[in-house]
Amino acid sequence: MLTKRIIPCLDVKDGRVVKGVSFVNLRDAGDPVHVAQVYDREGADELCFLDITASHEKRDTILDVVIRTAEQVFMPLTVGGGIRTIEDIRRLLEAGADKVSINTAAVEHPDFVKAAANRFGSQCIVVAIDAKRATTCEGGEPGWEVFTHGGRTSTGLDAVEWGKRMKDYGAGEILLTSMDQDGKQDGYDLALTAAISESVSIPVIASGGAGTLQHLYEAFHMGKADAVLAASIFHYQTYSIGQAKSYLAQQGIPVRPGTVPVSIS
Amino acid sequence: MIAIIDYGMGNLRSVQKGFECVGHEAVVTRAPRVIDQASHVVLPGVGAFGDCMDNLVRFELTDVIHRSISSGKPFLGICLGYQVLFSESEEFGCHKGLGILAGKVKAIPRPSDDGEVSFKIPHMGWNTVQVNMAAPPLRGIPSDSYVYFVHSYYVEPAECALVSTETEYGIPFASSVWKDNIFATQWHPEKSQAVGLQVLKNFGDWQ
Repeated sequence: MLTKRIIPCLDVKDGRVVKGVSFVNLRDAGDPVHVAQVYDREGADELCFLDITASHEKRDTILDVVIRTAEQVFMPLTVGGGIRTIEDIRRLLEAGADKVSINTAAVEHPDFVKAAANRFGSQCIVVAIDAKRATTCEGGEPGWEVFTHGGRTSTGLDAVEWGKRMKDYGAGEILLTSMDQDGKQDGYDLALTAAISESVSIPVIASGGAGTLQHLYEAFHMGKADAVLAASIFHYQTYSIGQAKSYLAQQGIPVRPGTVPVSIS
Repeated sequence: MIAIIDYGMGNLRSVQKGFECVGHEAVVTRAPRVIDQASHVVLPGVGAFGDCMDNLVRFELTDVIHRSISSGKPFLGICLGYQVLFSESEEFGCHKGLGILAGKVKAIPRPSDDGEVSFKIPHMGWNTVQVNMAAPPLRGIPSDSYVYFVHSYYVEPAECALVSTETEYGIPFASSVWKDNIFATQWHPEKSQAVGLQVLKNFGDWQ
């Protein structure tokens, strides 16, 4: 049976992990590769790096991180942040990323998603949607509006309609972040997650708001998510990936068991 | 040495690093001479079937693939590199494959009782394999092991006897096949953590 995925996400700036990671017994918690190895051992299902490097000159630091990660960690890796051109995607995939996540560039140039999916295949094109609750959107109905630039720029786009359009343009997956819930640790926006997941036929990753294991369960059960992205609850070792998986399994959510110590013989 | 065929599609670096991680030397190449000299050959790939065949033809790689397989050396197809071994695909119109194995590549069907979208395509994530046949690369891999998938089309081999693992996603399908020196998987060993690395190790050990 296809299992639901748990995806830890690291914010990376100038090649270093920027916030919220405090692993005990980790020599360098600032090195994304070391953190990735920990999550690999714990049985994370995928990894996500969000590159928040601001300065143009240091944009290539993420490539080095991806290259080094791909040498150590053998699970799917998604990289997002600042991806604007086909060349950006090509370089990340060549470095060892499996998927790229496109956000602002998709809103500014929707055809970019089409071109990227045609060139590299839908399986590696994730469209990231940052959504906020809104009273009036495209149809005048209450709903969620798409924001860009880390939630600062309003677009006037209805998140559900946008998700459908991105699927039609060739997105293989949607990474959905609730800007209302992000950082609050009091649960995902379940109504938003369910609204998008039930409107598109591609997988949806819920993001923004995880603070407890129950929140993960709710994202799958009520939010109909196919995967959950989480940062703080794993980075501070509030819970391990293994604990999250055991809890979800007890609640009847199909998950791949956590840490399976297999020695290669 | 293992030759990983580079035809401009797919995350080749992960496959190479996976082999290196388990102690097998591997090169990424599109030079027929290097592929001919290799002890093992890998055809990886992600993307669309038609583009894959076009690129194999454009880079003049079809002959060396046929030659490698008839020479009897171990050959591994991964994902799209599995699908193109078959006769034809219905992806975006009908495309001819390499025709090395008999069978068709078909779209994963939605269950008939499914509403619009609760059944997600692509089939993306970790799913289990049922091991039907102890193909040499599957040594030490029990049934119900989890491996990583990402695909929207599946292979229907003409001969059921080739099916080495089966997986269920809406329907049961052939998630790997084994015939003589050919082993090919719909799933990605290079993305399947310890289980996948074991398969890569076994493949490199296969004589």
